[in-house]
Amino acid sequence: MSRKMTGARMIVEALRDQGVDTVFGYPGGAVLPIYDELFQQNDIQHILVRHEQGAVHMAEGYARSTGKPGVVLVTSGPGATNAVTGMTDALLDSIPLVVLSGQVPTFLVGTDGFQEADTVGITRPCTKHNWLVKDTEKLAATIHQAFNVATSGRPGPVLIDIPKDVQFAEAEYVGPKQVDTSNYQPRRKGDIESITRLVELMEQAERPIFYTGGGVINSGPGASQLLRELVDATGFPITSTLMGLGAYPASGKNWLGMLGMHGMYEANLAMHGCDLMIAVGARFDDRITGRVADFSPGSVKAQIDIDPSSINKIVHVELPIQGDVGHVLEDMLKIWKSRGRKTNSEAVRKWWTQIEQWREVKCLAYTNSDSVIKPQHALERLEALTKDRDRYIATEVGQHQMWAAQFLQFDEPNRWMTSGGLGTMGYGLPASVGVQVAHPDALVINVAGDASWLMNMQEMGTAVQFRAPVKQFILNNERLGMVRQWQQLLHGERYSQSWSDSLPDFVKLAEAFGCKGRQVSDPAELDDAIREMIEYDGPFILDVLVEKHENCFPMIPSGKPHNEMLLSPEAEAFSGGAALV
Amino acid sequence: MVLNIKQGSTSHSAYDLRDPNAQIEERHTLAVLVENEPGVLARVIGLFSGRGYNIDSLTVAETDHEGHRSRITIVTRGTPSVIVQIKAQLGRIVPVHEVHDLTTDGPSIERELGLFKVVGTGDHRVEALRIAEIFRANVIDSTLTSFVFEINGSPEKLDAFADLMRPLGLSDQARTGVAALARGA
Repeated sequence: MSRKMTGARMIVEALRDQGVDTVFGYPGGAVLPIYDELFQQNDIQHILVRHEQGAVHMAEGYARSTGKPGVVLVTSGPGATNAVTGMTDALLDSIPLVVLSGQVPTFLVGTDGFQEADTVGITRPCTKHNWLVKDTEKLAATIHQAFNVATSGRPGPVLIDIPKDVQFAEAEYVGPKQVDTSNYQPRRKGDIESITRLVELMEQAERPIFYTGGGVINSGPGASQLLRELVDATGFPITSTLMGLGAYPASGKNWLGMLGMHGMYEANLAMHGCDLMIAVGARFDDRITGRVADFSPGSVKAQIDIDPSSINKIVHVELPIQGDVGHVLEDMLKIWKSRGRKTNSEAVRKWWTQIEQWREVKCLAYTNSDSVIKPQHALERLEALTKDRDRYIATEVGQHQMWAAQFLQFDEPNRWMTSGGLGTMGYGLPASVGVQVAHPDALVINVAGDASWLMNMQEMGTAVQFRAPVKQFILNNERLGMVRQWQQLLHGERYSQSWSDSLPDFVKLAEAFGCKGRQVSDPAELDDAIREMIEYDGPFILDVLVEKHENCFPMIPSGKPHNEMLLSPEAEAFSGGAALV
Repeated sequence: MVLNIKQGSTSHSAYDLRDPNAQIEERHTLAVLVENEPGVLARVIGLFSGRGYNIDSLTVAETDHEGHRSRITIVTRGTPSVIVQIKAQLGRIVPVHEVHDLTTDGPSIERELGLFKVVGTGDHRVEALRIAEIFRANVIDSTLTSFVFEINGSPEKLDAFADLMRPLGLSDQARTGVAALARGA
């Protein structure tokens, strides 16, 4: 059967064949034929954003919470350049996205045409791969290839730039099964000999630790399940990066909490003092390692990662295992069981005693107040009042993000959307909308700061239009809190440009957008305000006026090793025996 | 507890685990086999500029028309860990099919083509011709006051030739960069 059709129809057909149910986008001259096709069908819903950056972050929220690739449709020129921040964000956090951009007709390419930009040139370093399709014959196959590249191996964003005449021209449609994707098939199975060696090390290790990251979540729910089984069976402590929260449950008995710059004291000291570090889908980011030369000096390091360029990039690893986390964990578990489920349990027990002593420092301690809402308290109350629900959390970037990571508990993967690698202020609001679109009945909360939230606040319009009842939980300190903290601690208390002057009235802003808002400043009213936010049937902005000068601790100042953490004044001084640090 | 683990502990290891702390820069010649499609060279060069790696020389041409393959030969410089990282990063580029390190993968040969214009008269001209003969360079253009020499060889040989020609009136040179192949079958 001949399936000749226009390029524009082909795009919609290919998306449908790829199982796409939602596209986040914004129309413009160079994508009008595609929008015309979208108009004439009902299988794919289109979420009209207010700014293309919002579309990409929504697609990230959608992808991160479902495990499926997010799809974005933008026009040429400014449409594509506005999408650049989101694609860079997705690249650093390994989020699968397929971005379709319109382009001026092929005969105008290179002439500085209206709304022309060198989109493939601009997006080359911020995508995993990109294509300019000059011929309708190749369009369908390219889209199918793009989905394969975005989701195989280490996931990431891809972009397809489609000139307008290619959308109008007709050609034969090819389905996903007719397209050869064999030229891009990253290796998934790990080397069995290396995995066996790792199991041997696990059997002997006296002070082991699992250090896990976003790769576990990207590998799928099966990988999280295997990780839980392995950690619980071995009894080894486990810590995670910001991106990996939820892979192992925060309520699990071996959980140390997040590590890194604002990670838990016990997690960072355990990393520093371990003798076997098992890195699983984590890439030794500088926010994790602190000063590299002093990073975990006495340990043998094993690293499981699907991307060989992540191995031995920052930290030298004695035992590299290239492969998909899920496959490698499965083999690890199988081999460890078949060898008799051995661990050096006596030594590991001592190791836990040491960790418990570190834990007694109570590194998250803070002084609560009756008169002003402490941000940590606000998050503790949010946790208490929402933990029993089907809950998804997004965040913006800054102090509130770190407090959210410290005080909220994630027991399942895909429930935590945050901009880790790029640290994109303005990520959270659109991401929360994307999550809500994918999970219409879930409770979706964006934990935000006042400054970050303003960066993409126009997307409240999208939330209202599509009845996405996202909850905006703004910890408002009228400051760029993290910048202010660094200026206080590291720049002689010179608070250069780090306060939010002329903030809008968030309650009136909510009303202006057609949703509801409430401001709360009295700690006694906090619970009531949170309950109202949760129970309100629609988008809600809760403006929580918090202590303006609270600092986020613990903190490893940039360039310091793990054992030189700054603790809050409220934390207990470390008093437990001979430290390994 | 002693965890005896040797560097490069598995025979199947895909990684070069020589001393990563060595800070000595090494020169490596990499052969990168790529899909011959638009933008592939920009991806490779963009990787080097974006991540701060060095390129000493770079040559590229289609080598398999039927299979749409091109071969990019890159001479780069870096500490051992940087070289490992360069290879891994190159391998990540979707249209890159193979990355070979001709410096570590076994013996290889390198050749470069250079064109050198020498301007002069009298004794300098005679001396230039004599040296060209020693280097087996060909004269491919001649006027009463100039020669253009064509010379093939290792980059070092071309460097030596240029050094000798400089006092004799070397005015311009064009070099292709290194092309390299592994020796043997």
